[in-house]
Amino acid sequence: MGYKFLEDIAIADVAFEAGGKDLKELFESAALATFEVMVDTKKVKHKIKRKIVLDNEDLNGLLYDFLSELVYLKDTYGLVFSKFNVNIKENKIYKLKAEVVGDKIDYKKQELRSDVKAVTLYRFKVEKVKNKYKAMIVLDI
Amino acid sequence: MEQQLGSPKEIKKINETLWEIPTTYKKGMNVPARIVATKKLLDNMDAGVFDQITNVACMPGIVKHALCLSDAHWGYGMPIGGVAAFDADDGIISPGAIGFDINCGMKLIKTNLTFKEVEPKLHQLVNTFFETVPAGVGCKGFVKLNKQQFSNVLEQGVKWCVDNGYGWKEDLERTESNGCISWADSSKVSDKVISRGMDQLGTLGSGNHYLEIQHVREENIVDKDLARKFGIFKDQIVVMLHCGSRGMGHQTATDYLKIFDEAMKKYNIKINDRELACAPFNSGEGQDYFKAMACAANMAFANRQVILHRIREGFEKVFKQKAEDLGLNLIYDVAHNIAKIEEYKVDGKKRKLIVHRKGATRAFGPGNKELTSIYQETGQPVILGGSMETGSYLLVGTKKAEEETFGSTAHGSGRTMSRTKARKLVRGDKLLHDMEKKGIYVKSTSMSGLAEEAGMAYKNISDVVEAVDKAGISKPVVGLKPIGNVKG
Repeated sequence: MGYKFLEDIAIADVAFEAGGKDLKELFESAALATFEVMVDTKKVKHKIKRKIVLDNEDLNGLLYDFLSELVYLKDTYGLVFSKFNVNIKENKIYKLKAEVVGDKIDYKKQELRSDVKAVTLYRFKVEKVKNKYKAMIVLDI
Repeated sequence: MEQQLGSPKEIKKINETLWEIPTTYKKGMNVPARIVATKKLLDNMDAGVFDQITNVACMPGIVKHALCLSDAHWGYGMPIGGVAAFDADDGIISPGAIGFDINCGMKLIKTNLTFKEVEPKLHQLVNTFFETVPAGVGCKGFVKLNKQQFSNVLEQGVKWCVDNGYGWKEDLERTESNGCISWADSSKVSDKVISRGMDQLGTLGSGNHYLEIQHVREENIVDKDLARKFGIFKDQIVVMLHCGSRGMGHQTATDYLKIFDEAMKKYNIKINDRELACAPFNSGEGQDYFKAMACAANMAFANRQVILHRIREGFEKVFKQKAEDLGLNLIYDVAHNIAKIEEYKVDGKKRKLIVHRKGATRAFGPGNKELTSIYQETGQPVILGGSMETGSYLLVGTKKAEEETFGSTAHGSGRTMSRTKARKLVRGDKLLHDMEKKGIYVKSTSMSGLAEEAGMAYKNISDVVEAVDKAGISKPVVGLKPIGNVKG
């Protein structure tokens, strides 16, 4: 299902809608959209892997934490990611294990765009509509 | 979805530059919402602004009114260009009413150089800053610190910089709060905050952050007397800087937004937007955030101070003269995303308030005891950053701002178009070329990031200045035209 940037919401920042047939696809789409704001992800090589493990009783909280963790890794280790493999299990609480793949930030090789400062909770929402998942996210730029 | 413009029909005109949305407009509003704007600016504000500011008016313990300034635009939680004050004894504090970029702010530095002297070396100067002031996604600074040293930066702000050779003693009093929020406590920020921020001292960041070389044109000097008092003269070159607390501040806000989201249940607080999550100011969570926010504010003061040091070094290199001899003195450094305890009269009674400013500049008038002696007569310098195409302004604060807007005024020109839309309409490389033809030399790490900052995406800054001037909440001193820009 992928993602779509929204033109007319929170104009100083960036809003997008992400979707997927399951939670795995939704989370992977949202992560890709977040990095598309910062870089042309097609130009980010698959060289460095990071693992993310999270749990949360709330699906909204899980997606918020996942995207926030990616933003944290970007600044702390100077990395941008372009490939995401997310697995989510639901058993009373949601448990996420993800492997994210990317490369060191390189101005010469990658087309860098605007930095994402944070994931906001403004209109943040994960929904299940007819067996599909969608989410609305506003990022602070 | 179409971007809706204009105010709700319930809005009432108080005078030419002041508008009020009554508490009957939305269920749960504790105070009215007020907007400082001309009719023209009001009609062109996004509908999102009015929805957001009336959500702020519903927050528990809000005092007098929720306020929007003339550059207000649709943000997350609280609009950008918003001010909200809560009682310091029984009110709340909210990270979302400050923003993720804690103490994002402006710095204005003067020189004794003229346009004629700088023009031949402009490219060299801009290229030097592009190299020495890292900008863009994930940029790292040159100051290498260990965790203890970084904690000292967080607790001492500009004082740490001056003690370590990154500034002059006089820079301290020319920075809001002397460049150090005293209640900072680095034990209140997480390890993640430290690890994300400790390599970023002296970096510009991205988005709308910039370092700009500006020209004082004679026709743009609005108040000759004040200009002279600030050391501004015709054809002078000045330098303006816009940036904040970088990843350190963003992570602090991210951490506490989650803590506050939980705390809302504990304190049984209900609000219209999760981004406005808040906690009682005097609760454990509230006080911890207040101390952590102060660390981020100090990081931002220190970040801009280290960049000032790089600016002085850059001028010394290009002009082969000492920064002192080039007159590279700071005019002022002012925060526009912060919460502070200040005293104001409410219904004739003096009250201690926790004033939240999100995209709003403190604008203290002459004689305010918090100002340094050099600005006692003039009032506090207020720096309004415009778009990189149209220019910026230096203004001063007024007594009327202290009486009517919790000592606050606008912070910039304010966006009218989303980043996503601007990127569709403008090509960065073409904009770069067009700007060079207009006499503005730009270096940016990102062509699409540049396109998002095109002048057409912003309100006309002169309209914003006209509104705050007419409203009497600040007084324009001089308009500043960009000639060189480093953008993240």
